[in-house]
Amino acid sequence: MLKLTGITKRFGSLVANDHIDLEVSQGEIHALLGENGAGKSTLMNVLYGLYTPDEGTIEWKGRKVDIKSPGQAISLGIGMVHQHFMLIPVFTVAENIVLGSEPRRQGRLDMEKAIADVEAISNRYGLHVDPRAKIENITVGQQQRVEILKALYRGAELLILDEPTAVLTPQEIQELGQIMKNLVAQGRTIIIITHKLKEIRQFADRVSVIRRGKKITTVEAQGKSEAELAALMVGREVVLRVDKTEARPTKTVIQVQGLTVKAESGFPAVRDVSFHVRAGEIVGIAGVDGNGQSELIEAITGLKKSFAGKVLLNGQEITRMPPGQIREAGVGHIPEDRQKRGLVLDFTVAENMVLGSQRKYQTWGLLNYRMMTDLAKKVIEAFDVRPPEPEYMARSLSGGNQQKVIVGREITRQPELMIAVQPTRGLDVGAIEFIHKRLVAERDAGKAVLLVSLELDEVMSLADRILVMYKGQVVAEVAQQDATEEALGLLMAGGGQRG
Amino acid sequence: MDKRLRSALREVTVPVLAIFAGFLVGTIFILAAGKNPLEAYQYFNLYVWGDLSKFGETLVSTTPLIMTGLAIALAFRCGLFNIGAEGQYLVGQVATAWAGFFFTMPAWLPPAVAGFIHPLVAILVGMLAAGLYAAIPGLLKAYRGVHEVINSIMLNYVALFFTHWFLLNRLRDPSGSAATPRIHETADLVQGLIKGSRLHMGIFIALLAAFLVWLFLWKTAAGYEIRSVGFAAGAAEYAGINVKKNIVLAMLLSGSLIGLAAAVQTLGLARKFYEPMGFAGFGFDGIAVALVGRNHPLGVVLAAFLFGALDRGGQGMQAGADVPKTVMWVVQGTVIFFVAAEGLWRFLQNRRSKKEVKPA
Repeated sequence: MLKLTGITKRFGSLVANDHIDLEVSQGEIHALLGENGAGKSTLMNVLYGLYTPDEGTIEWKGRKVDIKSPGQAISLGIGMVHQHFMLIPVFTVAENIVLGSEPRRQGRLDMEKAIADVEAISNRYGLHVDPRAKIENITVGQQQRVEILKALYRGAELLILDEPTAVLTPQEIQELGQIMKNLVAQGRTIIIITHKLKEIRQFADRVSVIRRGKKITTVEAQGKSEAELAALMVGREVVLRVDKTEARPTKTVIQVQGLTVKAESGFPAVRDVSFHVRAGEIVGIAGVDGNGQSELIEAITGLKKSFAGKVLLNGQEITRMPPGQIREAGVGHIPEDRQKRGLVLDFTVAENMVLGSQRKYQTWGLLNYRMMTDLAKKVIEAFDVRPPEPEYMARSLSGGNQQKVIVGREITRQPELMIAVQPTRGLDVGAIEFIHKRLVAERDAGKAVLLVSLELDEVMSLADRILVMYKGQVVAEVAQQDATEEALGLLMAGGGQRG
Repeated sequence: MDKRLRSALREVTVPVLAIFAGFLVGTIFILAAGKNPLEAYQYFNLYVWGDLSKFGETLVSTTPLIMTGLAIALAFRCGLFNIGAEGQYLVGQVATAWAGFFFTMPAWLPPAVAGFIHPLVAILVGMLAAGLYAAIPGLLKAYRGVHEVINSIMLNYVALFFTHWFLLNRLRDPSGSAATPRIHETADLVQGLIKGSRLHMGIFIALLAAFLVWLFLWKTAAGYEIRSVGFAAGAAEYAGINVKKNIVLAMLLSGSLIGLAAAVQTLGLARKFYEPMGFAGFGFDGIAVALVGRNHPLGVVLAAFLFGALDRGGQGMQAGADVPKTVMWVVQGTVIFFVAAEGLWRFLQNRRSKKEVKPA
């Protein structure tokens, strides 16, 4: 039914999709499996007309098509449900579903017909939801059904679901599974994007594995164990082995005791987490996105204030101190979101160099731009920032060079504890290797390093000890030499325990 | 240096083109009104800079706009829209006028010293009052999350009715009209810098303020912090910069600059506070000045001069060529429209390029 050939999509120097071939047949549930940033969503956005591929062709029902916009994808019968819903909260279910293709009678909106239409479709596929309810008053699971109904209302024959279970409770996931079975029973086709192994074995007929922009293989979902799927997703051949000697940890630098953090929704995102990091070691936190890593780091660095538990730095409590004081106390932080947190994009590189220590770069009450520029030049040289221009706007640097500015700034501050969150996300291989070396050098200089990454490769090659987070808890601690990709992959997907 | 020059040129191109577009549209309106545009623009020129005294009056119109424009620009640099400038302006006027007639300089002070200290005190009182008044929406925004546009715009009316009541019931000159007593002459800002015009010391105060705002925003750590909050509050927070404190500080400073404008107008021109029948308009015009001036002190000074010239030139066209003054408002509106449209265009462009560059 659908055939993608040689799809390639580049973002600058990053190759998000590298000659991907994919075939999907009618009436199947086809899973796209891959780690975060592997290129699954990019591929589907190409199919849905949000991105134009640099190379490759799309064949739809045996005919070559050129999909330029989502509108065109919809008219071809391709519908997509995004990870973040696109609904209007104050409109009713029916209003949201018909939005943009409203039934009319004598030029006026025929709401009764809209409601009847919606009821007809939802009965046909067992997608029960009250068409008159307002979006803001229904659950997330029901909102997702509305998104699916929206696609079906527009005549979608192929449905793309992007990480559909990320926001659902276990019961809702089961219901979604039933809905998908109903849909394929009525002749629809589904592509589901996911990195959760259990669901693939439960729902999918076939699974295509994507790793670092390349399609690795397509296999029958039932034919593989979770462990085998994990190995395929993560990749056996690890390209990035970091050369490092055995860690010689000394005193404890940071101690986290019984940390419980509530997310915005009030649901505990981190539950009773305790660990410590010693000087001269790298502790890695592995886990799938959204299992509490971000909230944990925000609590430690003072960016989040409401949590229970204690944080001790060199035996001194730094719990709930303002972020500035925690930095002063000796914590460096390479933040998860480099563009929102790590840099002021409209400042120059030199100005960004003193972000957080701007008060120290004053003489006679005025900022000393010469000192700032000198510092910037030093960091630019040591960290190979390109172009080597202190006056360049941070915004105009590539992602990798932006990250080098942040890493350089934080390392130059000489903190006792370096917290690195996703330090190499979206970077090319050269930059990744460089940043890895610098983090190991920090360790060897007797600093404590706490690494949080969604890339299992990265955690395994850098960390001396690995903590696995799942649903807000540290479910396992593994020494580097004992860690295998299969075991960690299983633990990350909740395979190590029930629930 | 070359790069800096080029980026400055890029900043200037759009406002200059917008001004041309504005006058083009103005010309169409003059023609539509059945008047001769050449004659109209002759009078426009005459009134703006036809002779030294006329030019002095243009600068009189420019003076308050520099300071209100700076105030709005400073708040914008912290990501805040101070639309409550009109209310702060009234508060600043009342406070300055009060300090002008309430305090008396001791007789033994040499006149030159008294004539320096009294205006200084009155200006500081006006700045403090308006600054504190502006800090209210700042505090509400920082600690209660109330949007500053909503609460500062509502505080405009609170200020209007409060100053009105306060004047009539507490400050009114019993012998005179509905106004405060005249300020003491020691508090006057000297007029007559140019013979035949009311040009007063205020223009130098305004230019000094522009320089100080530039120095503060770009050359001090406190200004750096305010700008970082405006550009990227998340990054500021991460770096240990107190976002809430800076929001309040920026509003306080913005209000103080409004208070400075009010004080200068009061001490240099009106010399009393008259019963307010509405808003003076300098605060709202300041928004346009900041927009056209790209929120940069130098740009604000130039934009304030443009608006001052449009004001005086419009009067000239009306007096000499019988062209309604409102035509100049059309020119003003067109200039603002094109500058703002450029902002919109750039915003859309950014969004498009972000969408393309960021892998999902």
